[in-house]
Amino acid sequence: MFLTTSMNELKITCFVLSLLFAFLMLTSCQDTSPKLLPKLGPYERVNGEKVFHPVRHFELLNQNGDTIRPAQLQGQIRVADFFFISCPTICPQLQAQMLRIADAFADEQRVVLLSHTVDPKRDTVAALANYAHNLGVENADRWHFLTGQRDSIYTLADDYFNIVLVDPDAPGGFNHSGRITVVDPDGYIRAKANGLVEAEVDTLITNIKLLLHEMDHHHFTTD
Amino acid sequence: MRWITIILLLTSISIAGLVLSCQQEPYQQGKVLYTLHCENCHMADGTGLRGNIPPLAGADYLVREQAQISCIIRNGQAGEIVVNGLTYDEPMPGVAELSDFQIANIINYINHAWGNDYGFVKVEDIRQELENCK
Repeated sequence: MFLTTSMNELKITCFVLSLLFAFLMLTSCQDTSPKLLPKLGPYERVNGEKVFHPVRHFELLNQNGDTIRPAQLQGQIRVADFFFISCPTICPQLQAQMLRIADAFADEQRVVLLSHTVDPKRDTVAALANYAHNLGVENADRWHFLTGQRDSIYTLADDYFNIVLVDPDAPGGFNHSGRITVVDPDGYIRAKANGLVEAEVDTLITNIKLLLHEMDHHHFTTD
Repeated sequence: MRWITIILLLTSISIAGLVLSCQQEPYQQGKVLYTLHCENCHMADGTGLRGNIPPLAGADYLVREQAQISCIIRNGQAGEIVVNGLTYDEPMPGVAELSDFQIANIINYINHAWGNDYGFVKVEDIRQELENCK
């Protein structure tokens, strides 16, 4: 009687231990593969699944006068912000943070920066070329300074979580948010940060690295 | 005798306190105004933005054109300027609402921040400069 009880106890202990072992194995596996960044932005529910909208198509001119479309950014992570050259408020701080991101991924061809002007009337191709040169950006393929039709830039800003308003009372004539948005090669927004807060931009840089890791292991349709 | 000791002690404590508070930030109002009106473009560390916005930290322009700084703060600046050998050509908007006294405080902060040692300005001199702005 005593023997059988202890046998049973042994069995139970073994069972519990193996469960614990399996649990540890599973959790340790999860730790080695980082979690995927969520998709962000507006979505619809289709059969209970969230279906997100990619950032819309665009055709804009960069600082070299070349037309830039999403097709030219295939296989690249886009890091986008909105600014204007004569901006006396948040833009220089925002561009200083974009410079930090550019420096962090200086040797990573799969990361491209997009700075959209919200003042296309004054920020012409020539003005943007001058601005980019002064920032030390010599290779437009790594950092496009984009201009084009005002309305299409403003609707694009919406997709990128940025708000742009023409406001004659605002310093410089525009009100806009200083958000930096990260878009994956399929056009989905995967991360964003307040481009005026250094700590948030640090997190964004980490998230871009996560996305690069995801590109190593996951097939994007535009790769 | 005891009184003398106490008085000596109190004096040395207040002198030490004064020295300490001076070391912390001698141009407190200038710093606050700088954060409010200048830091967006010239940055908290006075380095500016590469070739688009000139630095104030270690800027030879501040020494060369010291008498112009007050007018630039009030009325802004347009056209090419050369700072530490580099040419800058982005216009700077002025800050019209600053008083003569506030401008003097900002200049004193800038002249002594980030390792700068460009001298102390008096509000009377700044007032004189501002009356003669071009």
